[in-house]
Amino acid sequence: MRAFQFKTAASPRDAANSGTDTAFIAGGTNLIDLMKLDVVAPARLVDLGPLSFRGITVDGDGLHIGALEKMAEVAEDPRVVKEYPVISQALLKSASAQIRNMATMGGNLMQRTRCGYFRDAVSPCNKRVPGSGCPALEGENRMHAIFGVSDSCCATHPSDLAVALVALESVLKLQGPQGVREVKLEDFYLLPENTPDREHDIRQGEMITEIFVPHNAWTGRSGYLKIRDRESYEFALTSAAVALDLDGSTIRDARIAVGGVGTKPWSLPVVAEALKGKTANRDVFAVAAEHATEGARMLSQNGFKVSLVKKTIVRALSEVGGVA
Amino acid sequence: MHSRDEDSASQSNSFPEETHSSRRHFLSQLAALSASLTIAAPGARAASSKERSNAEASDPERPESLIDIVLKVNGQEKRLKVDSRVTLLDAVRDRLNMSGTKKGCDHGACGACTVLVDGKRVLSCLTLAVMAQGKEVTTIEGLAHGDELHPVQAAFVTCDGFQCGYCTPGQIMSAVGCIGEGHTRSDSEIREFMSGNLCRCGAYPNIVQAIKQAATQMKGAVS
Repeated sequence: MRAFQFKTAASPRDAANSGTDTAFIAGGTNLIDLMKLDVVAPARLVDLGPLSFRGITVDGDGLHIGALEKMAEVAEDPRVVKEYPVISQALLKSASAQIRNMATMGGNLMQRTRCGYFRDAVSPCNKRVPGSGCPALEGENRMHAIFGVSDSCCATHPSDLAVALVALESVLKLQGPQGVREVKLEDFYLLPENTPDREHDIRQGEMITEIFVPHNAWTGRSGYLKIRDRESYEFALTSAAVALDLDGSTIRDARIAVGGVGTKPWSLPVVAEALKGKTANRDVFAVAAEHATEGARMLSQNGFKVSLVKKTIVRALSEVGGVA
Repeated sequence: MHSRDEDSASQSNSFPEETHSSRRHFLSQLAALSASLTIAAPGARAASSKERSNAEASDPERPESLIDIVLKVNGQEKRLKVDSRVTLLDAVRDRLNMSGTKKGCDHGACGACTVLVDGKRVLSCLTLAVMAQGKEVTTIEGLAHGDELHPVQAAFVTCDGFQCGYCTPGQIMSAVGCIGEGHTRSDSEIREFMSGNLCRCGAYPNIVQAIKQAATQMKGAVS
């Protein structure tokens, strides 16, 4: 690991003004790993731990989660389990118990891709070294994206939590040298296009302070299904976060996002629209899920994700909708 | 739209390759000396004195200078001078000479380095020692009371919950956390919540049995 200056943030303003070539550290589970791999090498680490971005509160508008709350705390919060089950389930299917005790909510949303070429500091990678090329497009790409792929990058976004939060139309609160602002989580993540090194709508010195999840008719009837190569402690091949607003067996409204398949957490409003006003059953789910992969781009090894993600959506909808 | 400068300083897009070449040149040599830095031996540091002066010239903040820290491990306060890169794992093993905590993958994938920090199981290989200050660290050495084993240790012995034993300290610390969290209601729940601890010998069935036995015993002791 390269040497760095370590500093504990005295205040949000102090952290925000730490200067260029600074990385904020909270749980450290992704950052320390990447620094050991020499994939990132900031000159300065600023520990956000003492800052006050904490608390899990529920009010009439929705759920407010401090960015420094640990994944495990949020996953097991009874209000989250009952009123926002998709968030709890996505968290519990992430990483391991140890990592969930360390990693923060804000840090989870900032985690980097698991693409093997990105994580191998000596391989070309447009995300790590802009302009160096993308070996994954013609190489090992079984785990890679079918949505949002460009000629520069096909790396998937690895967070389960982000998929659940995008489905529920969550908003991030950011604080930086220029003050505070809000950005929809879906817009916070950028498509790779020709600049895969630019992953987030975040400015110098900015940090995530809070995640806001609006309460809606569908938030309570929601769930997360994750399909992977092994039962636990593995990233998704495909996943689906679904939320349904049912009137009896009629679908009033729905929200759907998928993971393991997109260069960013991938929302599917077209599938949700196809469900509206229909009766909740497997045939309706299957017809709607057909829309999911419109515009998908298959690579040499990941074509299986096209059918797998549709089946993942149908099964998730069936489980959440109580359809056998 | 953001400039490249802004990107290079954002939380995740930190690529100082382009901006700190002289510092990085020195550091690549240092990294070659010590891939997993546990504070190089005095001789090694002296040998690189020429590079050190280069680094000081190119980086006035001297990020490689040592930091005074206090760690509280198994109830005892320990004063250390560490490089900011030193992990809690390396500090405990190589500086405090408590080698019970094991280094497996050193990347947070295997769980061999699991310790408790403020009562919660965490990975010491992904924890910077400087960030563990002011917290209660418990390692495998801190579980037993003298010759009396902790119930989880005793259960691993009676259930034969290991073969080679390398993953065992991490398994036991993780099991203590798992039982404390209440995630022992079924075999499948134990397996799920212990999935961060790998065992290359495949002692999993006996590990699950040991955790069940210890959980029952510890519940009985509480009520």
